[in-house]
Amino acid sequence: MALTKKKKAARSNTIKLKFDTSWSYDPAPESKSAASIKPKYDHFINGSWVKPAGGKYFASINPANEEKLSEVAEGNEADVNKAVSAARNSYEKTWKKMPAKERAKYIFRIARMVQEKARELAIIETLDGGKPIRESRDFDVPTAANHFFYYAGWADKLEYAFPNRNTAALGVAGQIIPWNFPLLMAAWKIAPALATGNTVVLKPAETTPLTALKLAEIIQESDLPPGVVNIITGAGATGAAMVNHPDINKIAFTGSTDVGKLIQRAVAGTQKRVTLELGGKAANIIFEDAPLDQAVEGVINGIYFNQGHVCCAGSRLYVQESVAKQVIRKLKDRMETLIVGDPLDKNTDIGAINSRQQLDTIQRYIKIGKQEGAEMYESSCRLPGKGFFCRPTLFTNVAQSNRIAQEEIFGPVLSVLTFRTDDEVIEKANNSPYGLSAGVWTDKGSKIFNLTKRMRAGVVWANTFNKFDPSSPFGGYKESGFGREGGLHGLLPYVNLIS
Amino acid sequence: MSLRREESTLRKLRDLLFSAVKKIRMEKTIKKPVTTRLEVLKTYKIYIGGQFPRTESGRYYIPVNAAGDKLANVCLCSRKDFRDAVVSARGAFSGWSGRAAFNRSQILYRMAEMLEGRKAQFIEELIRQDSTKAKAEKEVNLAIDRLIYYAGWCDKFQQLFSAVNPVASSHFNFSVPEPTGVVAIIAPQQDSLLGLVSVMAPVIAGGNTCIILASETKPLCAVTLAEVLHSSDLPGGVVNILTGKPAELQSWMADHMDVNATIYCENNSEVQQLIRQKSAQNLKRVFFYAGKNWESPEGQSPYLIMDTQEIKTTWHPVENIAGAGGGY
Repeated sequence: MALTKKKKAARSNTIKLKFDTSWSYDPAPESKSAASIKPKYDHFINGSWVKPAGGKYFASINPANEEKLSEVAEGNEADVNKAVSAARNSYEKTWKKMPAKERAKYIFRIARMVQEKARELAIIETLDGGKPIRESRDFDVPTAANHFFYYAGWADKLEYAFPNRNTAALGVAGQIIPWNFPLLMAAWKIAPALATGNTVVLKPAETTPLTALKLAEIIQESDLPPGVVNIITGAGATGAAMVNHPDINKIAFTGSTDVGKLIQRAVAGTQKRVTLELGGKAANIIFEDAPLDQAVEGVINGIYFNQGHVCCAGSRLYVQESVAKQVIRKLKDRMETLIVGDPLDKNTDIGAINSRQQLDTIQRYIKIGKQEGAEMYESSCRLPGKGFFCRPTLFTNVAQSNRIAQEEIFGPVLSVLTFRTDDEVIEKANNSPYGLSAGVWTDKGSKIFNLTKRMRAGVVWANTFNKFDPSSPFGGYKESGFGREGGLHGLLPYVNLIS
Repeated sequence: MSLRREESTLRKLRDLLFSAVKKIRMEKTIKKPVTTRLEVLKTYKIYIGGQFPRTESGRYYIPVNAAGDKLANVCLCSRKDFRDAVVSARGAFSGWSGRAAFNRSQILYRMAEMLEGRKAQFIEELIRQDSTKAKAEKEVNLAIDRLIYYAGWCDKFQQLFSAVNPVASSHFNFSVPEPTGVVAIIAPQQDSLLGLVSVMAPVIAGGNTCIILASETKPLCAVTLAEVLHSSDLPGGVVNILTGKPAELQSWMADHMDVNATIYCENNSEVQQLIRQKSAQNLKRVFFYAGKNWESPEGQSPYLIMDTQEIKTTWHPVENIAGAGGGY
């Protein structure tokens, strides 16, 4: 009797969802008319727009249709010099001397203006980077505004932040940010630097400079003293010129682990302070007692959020053997429902891959995964004819030593592995040079704490994934970098403690 | 010109004095009756994984004090000794970091007790390493007090540097410090006891394990301190103490892929650059404590513990706070 009941329950639990119905979504595109993009952008130095010293510009394209959106200045050493000396000058003459509460009010003002222009910023973020408008609108832009708002309030309260110590600003901060959350990363970098009394030279990524330049317009409009924030555009060479500039006191970098190591080597022998927020290969662990449907939602969000261009993406899924079959089937079903396509469409779940280069990298890893003997599954969705797109993909039969289980792919590709015991999965999860984030799904509280304590990662999500907040510190262990961004702990990288 | 002449006269005088003293000493030894008990000399070995081996290399060096006395045949540790020490430090890490902070506190306190009990031996060694009696006494006292200071911090710094973060979504979110892992330390060359204790204590108080390369010219106290640690219920492998030459080992210490942080205490910019460069290999955290006055209040601080801590942030959903919507 009990047996049949159990069987029945199991069966009713495994009914396949039906998606081949007549229901479909009509297109719901966000209008581009609410955003204005200039045909050409110069560097933003000392409060005004400055032509690049080399006279060169490069195009920023929309990865969803490969059309040119605008041209931005290509920074060289001379531009970096100009920006750094503007930042130094305003640090010494204005920003350092300004009462902290006035500093705070400027940052509050920027937060408010970001909120006021939220819709425009969201549209540009989606056009320039390829991420779904729903994400830009509901996550990137509001979180960026909140970040400014959160740190603004710290500016005149720093004496409470570090017990028995006062703080002193470092000076000029050189900040280099990636293309996956362009505006949000700019906020993560600029807000704490300003709150602690530093001035800034910021370089957005070469494929996604437009929202940072829009932010420059906002900063100009906010009457922030000229030179406190300078934004210059360019590729790796521009970043290298910043890292090597002798008058920069601190480098804050978010990007790949390889470049992070180059930076660490380059600043050796200088007094520069560094924080690095680098790559990851997060383990997301599902135990058999987890609420599986929610866990599957979490896994989908963990790996397919922002096309998988997330350093803390849950790209290694560990499922307890007893539920592996069920979870994998649920995952495949759910993947099938994901809408891949026009990023500007409000129904779109997965937008465009950020660049041709990144699409090549992802496709190379998919090939490697197949060659290594893992089994590939991808959703059956149709991809747009133009632009850079990739179907949500997962691999089963993955071995711990496979490259797709060890290396960061930075795309919508999930590697699924299985385990039997707690100790085994902790061992496997920690067996990675990275340590940025991790996730665990179980209904048992003591198991959650066992796992969250023993996993060597800076952010651990239990029964949730990919959550962020200005008050919550973010950053890695091991080769995922050092230093924290967000929260009280995000102040430390920008101050000297003095007794 | 006259100055130089004076200097050379002085030097001659000094040499005369030294040779006279030596002669008297030698006569003393010779004149001693043969029935006197022969002193048992101590072999200064290294400390790896809770054991006292000699260096695997079989090499030694002889540090000499200002008076020209040979201190001992000290182990000249090799890269392999360092690698062995890393293996035992890594092996001890999960046990040590997993212990109750209160228990770590008791063990650090126990170290202070043991050190207090063997004060005389440390003072004698410090004097042999060119300290005066008064200075040596002060250094040992400060070292004992420093252990007590950090014993007290073991179960308190977490409260000071943790945070419950008021996130806007319906989640419970908190951040706590956790030990970085295995730390490679090149101990201060000058304050051979106080300096070593001052860099070691915050690292292990926070739950890390470490490999310490003792002062090259003044290694005696470091080895004797290992004996103190060994009798303090400190698990083997938590602290490993090597003797040898920083110039030979520093590059390997910064290079090793299973070390999480490097601490260097001298004001040598070339070495600092080398360590930072090599440490980039696996993104070790690097700390330079050059110019720190270990006798002053700046020689101790919970911020030194925080240097080798990582901040971990944990999220969990909260169901339906005040109708804010909850769940996963």
